[in-house]
Amino acid sequence: MSRRIWDIPGGIHPPENKAQSAGVSIRQATLPERVYIPLQQHIGAPAKPIVNVGDRVLKGQKIGEATGFVSLPVHASTSGVVEAIGLHPVQHPSQIDSVCITIKSDGEERWIERHPIPDYRAHSKKEILDRIRDAGIAGMGGAGFPSVVKLGVKSDTKIEQLILNAVECEPYITADDRLMQERADQIVAGLEIMAWLVEPKEILIGIEDNKPHAINAMRKACEGKPIDVVVVPTKYPSGGEKQLIHLLTGKEVRSGGLPADVGVVCQNTGTAYAVKRAVLDGEPLISRITTLTGDAVTHKGNYEVLLGTPVADLLLQAGLQRDRMHRLVMGGPMMGFSIHDPSVPVVKTTNCLLAPTEKEFPDPAPEQPCIRCGSCANACPVNLLPQQLYWFAKAKEFDKAAHFNLFDCIECGACAYVCPSSIPLVQYYRFAKGSIRTAEQEARKSDHARTRFEARKARHEKEEQEKELKRQERAKAAAAKQATKKEAPVKPAPVAADAAPTAVAMPATSATDTAGEPDELTKLQTAAASTMKRYKDAQKALETAEKAGSDHIDALRKKVEQLKAKADAAKDAFIAAKNAAKAEPEAHKPAHDDPLAALKQASADDFNAYKAAEEALQQAEASGSGDLESLRTQVAQLKAKSDASKAAMKEARAKEKEEIQARNAAADPVKQAKMEVAKTQVLLKKARKALEAAQASGEGDIAALTQAVQDAEAANTQAEAHLKQLEGA
Amino acid sequence: MALLNVTSPHLHKPGNTGAFMRQVIYATVPGIAVLTHFFGWGTLINTVLAVLTALACEAAILKIRQKPIAFYLNDYSAVVTALLLALAIPPSSPWWLTVVGTSFAIVVAKHLYGGLGMNPFNPAMIGYVLLLISFPKEMTTWLPASGVTASTEALNLLQSLQLVFTGQISGVDAFSGATPLDTFRTYAGQPEVLDTNAVLHGLMAGYGWEWVNVAFLLGGIYLIWRRIITWHIPVAMLAAIFFLSGFFNTAVDADNYGSILFHLLSGGTMLGAFFIATDPVTAATSAKGKLVYGAGIGILVYVIRSWGGYPDAVAFSVLLMNLAAPTIDYYTQPRTYGHSKPNKGLAKRS
Ligand code: SF4
Ligand code: SF4
Repeated sequence: MSRRIWDIPGGIHPPENKAQSAGVSIRQATLPERVYIPLQQHIGAPAKPIVNVGDRVLKGQKIGEATGFVSLPVHASTSGVVEAIGLHPVQHPSQIDSVCITIKSDGEERWIERHPIPDYRAHSKKEILDRIRDAGIAGMGGAGFPSVVKLGVKSDTKIEQLILNAVECEPYITADDRLMQERADQIVAGLEIMAWLVEPKEILIGIEDNKPHAINAMRKACEGKPIDVVVVPTKYPSGGEKQLIHLLTGKEVRSGGLPADVGVVCQNTGTAYAVKRAVLDGEPLISRITTLTGDAVTHKGNYEVLLGTPVADLLLQAGLQRDRMHRLVMGGPMMGFSIHDPSVPVVKTTNCLLAPTEKEFPDPAPEQPCIRCGSCANACPVNLLPQQLYWFAKAKEFDKAAHFNLFDCIECGACAYVCPSSIPLVQYYRFAKGSIRTAEQEARKSDHARTRFEARKARHEKEEQEKELKRQERAKAAAAKQATKKEAPVKPAPVAADAAPTAVAMPATSATDTAGEPDELTKLQTAAASTMKRYKDAQKALETAEKAGSDHIDALRKKVEQLKAKADAAKDAFIAAKNAAKAEPEAHKPAHDDPLAALKQASADDFNAYKAAEEALQQAEASGSGDLESLRTQVAQLKAKSDASKAAMKEARAKEKEEIQARNAAADPVKQAKMEVAKTQVLLKKARKALEAAQASGEGDIAALTQAVQDAEAANTQAEAHLKQLEGA
Repeated sequence: MALLNVTSPHLHKPGNTGAFMRQVIYATVPGIAVLTHFFGWGTLINTVLAVLTALACEAAILKIRQKPIAFYLNDYSAVVTALLLALAIPPSSPWWLTVVGTSFAIVVAKHLYGGLGMNPFNPAMIGYVLLLISFPKEMTTWLPASGVTASTEALNLLQSLQLVFTGQISGVDAFSGATPLDTFRTYAGQPEVLDTNAVLHGLMAGYGWEWVNVAFLLGGIYLIWRRIITWHIPVAMLAAIFFLSGFFNTAVDADNYGSILFHLLSGGTMLGAFFIATDPVTAATSAKGKLVYGAGIGILVYVIRSWGGYPDAVAFSVLLMNLAAPTIDYYTQPRTYGHSKPNKGLAKRS
């Protein structure tokens, strides 16, 4: 049986250094005095604590509740007393502390009651998925994406391959290797549960050929089962999710897409093991296998560690020679993170703790200039041009970096590993990615601020209108009171209700309903009055000037004429509006007022949804890199929606403005024609630009665009002709 | 004790830019040996002169630019530039020629553009072209290869020193001879001369020069084997020369156009293909780009040799393609994983 193995571009062969830790069986780490359980050990929203300080908790008891779809609960990894809920150092790229639940162990390791589900096939998939979610299982290979999200396949997606990622391509790490050698049956049992959930056409296990013992163990465990153990050549980073998918199936996950898009679900060995424990044994994820290695560690090997155990405790147990340790890395040498404080706890994704000596991991050499040797491009597994990205990142030309697919970089470090000039390339990429994200955030914030400002302005205007209305009501009421006083001195109360309509010649409706309407009229009325007054004033000034023989007469005359035209227009507008209001008070209002408000509301809602998703994504990104694609897609979709509704709102607003202008200009056909000309000119320009862009890029439907330009030209000519005609007349 | 806090990766492949450049230096050894065999010690003298000049210039500029001198000298890039220029200069040329060319290469072509990695043009070739344009006579006067006639011998060390530093050799009158490319050019269209001239008739191609080229070819293969360069540029360049010379020699006119081997093994073909065109700083970077870039150089070399005003053309061709390298890069980006087609150009189209 030999399956075709595809090749991935690039890749490197760093010294493996696995022998140091691979030869020893998994040891049980001793019970720490205290465990520190971070509320966020996965990508997504942090859990919410559901215990209080002083509570007694049992091993396996849920102490933090998931807070959303992409979120997971956390559990007590041992029995004891909750001592604190607060900030504690955790491994995080930006070295910030995070909220942890501190449990002082009582040393008894008393379990909560467990509920195994041995006959999971007799249950519904939803029940089993809920169990996996409740057990807090996150991808244990690197990024820590909630496993249930990947396993909860939508009914319309057909999964062709379920892949177990047992590649473990990072040097030094042997956690999966040992786990497979010692607990292959349990891993396969977990894999079968996952297979039952996603119903794949085939089930594959990918293992690198440098783990012969693990391969044998897994082959044995899979005997008689429809599971294929596929051996792939050793090469870093074959264990990257997308890389492994390509190796085993030849499929490429689209940039920004998910493995499920191409019918693949990929899970890690440790995850399969955790799924087995959760379903068949009823145990949540509270421990994991972690490799302790590096020359400063005396007893190198793999340890079964309770989550929340401080790294320092663990290293002490493994015989750390503190003075020889030169750095401390959580994860492997290629993608792991430096730990700034050894009191950070082991979390769900901690596959390795690496304490190398200075000789083993010397300080990075000083950066030399890039000689464009291309070694980095040859090593890149996703076919990027790292030297170009570096160039752009350094010059802060982020748009170019993005165009050169910066965001497809998986930060595997292969490029930086081979660079002869010792350029910390990945650091530059992280910097560039971070800057781009910050810039996008800023842009969004200012968008947000603008929306808020506009909303406030609208609210303010409305309040003003209402105030004005009330004032009028009061005045009318007072007048009515004056009037009624003479005949019937009592019952002034109901007057307000019918006084308002009379003021604006409207049928009686409730005051708030008509708030926009009468105000419009009042405004027009005031406008008409004031222009009329200005016109009169100007006329007077002109008369005096004529008498005095001033030399500004011409200017004044012109002004008078202008003002007269204006006053006439205002008067006309007022009359027109009054008639319109009289004629169709009901139809007018909703068409004019409501839809815009609705659009505004919809736009704000969409924006908020988008913001929320974005925040989730940021949290995800902050907690690690890797499996963020689904979140990103979601954010992109929501952004698109939000943008669309915003655009709709803007369009509506523009239309409204146009309507008002049109109404104002109704009295003047020349003005209208002029507006028409301007409008067609803008449209023509736009069409021409689109065509040019399409021609330059060679993309798009040139024929259609050309047609559009011709149409726009025709419309423009027509409008101009119309205007000329009017002006001539 | 403070722990080192750096970002991943925490491992680095052994070796640095200096080691990279040193490999290039080692790979020129066969070529230098053969040049010395046929033309005397001039090449070695040039090399020493050029390297010393380059190091002095580099150090002076680094001092002016206030950069750590030892750190940058250690990248060996100045030595490589000097070496390549020295190999291109005739072994009979006076000492000041080498000094002027090297200083110009280091000071102007390299550092005025910002130093290593920033220079758009191959510094050695800029130096070479400057000399060729300013001192055409000195730059095109080669010695006859030893053994081309029964009486020609390579100069001994003393004679070579004399020639380089004084311009003459006591007791010897005529010490210049035309290269095969020159000779072919002069007598093109005269089959009776072409058929008999000893300069044109070595074992495979022009006498002496064929072995110089074979030696550089060997050095080049070493570089590919050590993964210092990739095969793309040399293969594309040689293939272009191969096809063009094959076509014109067999299908057009053998008396006016030299044979395939003649072109591949004459002048600076192999030195250019493996050592000069592959200078990573100034070449195209992606595999596809390198093919375009190399083929471009090959075509230009053939065109200038056959129809241009200079007998050899590697320097001009390389410089012309240096100019095109960034553009080639932008249009030959590889297809990134997960994208259906490669990007083109510099920035996103809106
Ligand atoms: S490996 Fe380093 S020196 Fe070489 S091209 Fe890449 S970034 Fe530049
Ligand atoms: S870190 Fe990014 S650019 Fe470098 S090799 Fe990996 S994927 Fe390519």
